[in-house]
Amino acid sequence: MDINTRIVNDLVANDIEFVTTVPCKQLAGVIDAVEASPDIYHIPANKEDEGMGLCAGAFMGGKRPAIIMQNTAIGVTINTLVTLTQFYRMPLPMLISYRGELGEPVACQVEMAVHTKALLAQLNIPTYHFHREEDVEELDKILKYTFMCNKPVAILTDATFWKGY
Amino acid sequence: MIRSDILRELAPTLADHLVICNIGLPSQELHLIDDRATNFYMLGTMGLASSIGLGLALAQDKKVISIDGDGSVLTNFGTLPTIANNVADNFILLIIDNGSYGSTGDQPTYAGKKTSLAAVASACGCETVVECSAEDTVQAVKDAIASDKMTIIVSKCESGNIKVPVITMDPVTIRDRFMGAVKA
Repeated sequence: MDINTRIVNDLVANDIEFVTTVPCKQLAGVIDAVEASPDIYHIPANKEDEGMGLCAGAFMGGKRPAIIMQNTAIGVTINTLVTLTQFYRMPLPMLISYRGELGEPVACQVEMAVHTKALLAQLNIPTYHFHREEDVEELDKILKYTFMCNKPVAILTDATFWKGY
Repeated sequence: MIRSDILRELAPTLADHLVICNIGLPSQELHLIDDRATNFYMLGTMGLASSIGLGLALAQDKKVISIDGDGSVLTNFGTLPTIANNVADNFILLIIDNGSYGSTGDQPTYAGKKTSLAAVASACGCETVVECSAEDTVQAVKDAIASDKMTIIVSKCESGNIKVPVITMDPVTIRDRFMGAVKA
């Protein structure tokens, strides 16, 4: 099974039916798999804070949401994470491409990479980092943990993880 | 008519439906006029009333009315193409367009100058867009509810605010009470 199918299967197995995405090259395969899934309503967003608003509404309507985005979005969404997702105590799994790590060809991506974990730590967001192929084994448990504790949870996925497939 | 006049006239029409209300004075005014479990008050996060409303409408079947403002729609302009391309016929976006950022001191917005939000919504692909006067807003909302078509209403009104207390209800209480009303 390829990694993208594996990830989408874990989303579906955890009753996630509403997924919003803002694209990243590293995430192209998983976004295609989300779009292809008959069990998921895929709603592309124009900006990640908009996507988090959509997810908040879907959650209140009884559907489990998730967002797929690039780590640069942490810079875009801090206000929304704090004043909507955290303030109202809503669960939100965030599958994040961790650009700017080993293997990165674009220097500018490193500028956000060096702040990514520090920002997530400052926000008290539980953060997991998928670096090796087998790290995906934890996704199912991370999703269950997210909907148990009603918090936004970050899953950073770096270039080494994606290139492994 | 100013926004609070519209909300006062509109409250009986809103009463049977799920309402996502914009940050600041709009939520404070609605809370003062007619507090209900079916109202979700935004205490922060300017711009996302339309996105939360669309997500809610797509996730369940009850009618959802997002009460937004011109300034907030300008803040989250990307919402209009997303709404247009993800049609939820149980969703109404009511933009109360007073041409100003009311909650922050009535600074003018571009919607009160050259920019037409109704024209923008149409250009984004929204199929049913209604621009109306403040006086005709209740009827426009009633028509939209009856039509079972996703509708964007731009209600042009005067800028101005009434004195209202802030909402002191805990956000988790607002959310929990609202989710109970969604399920009821």
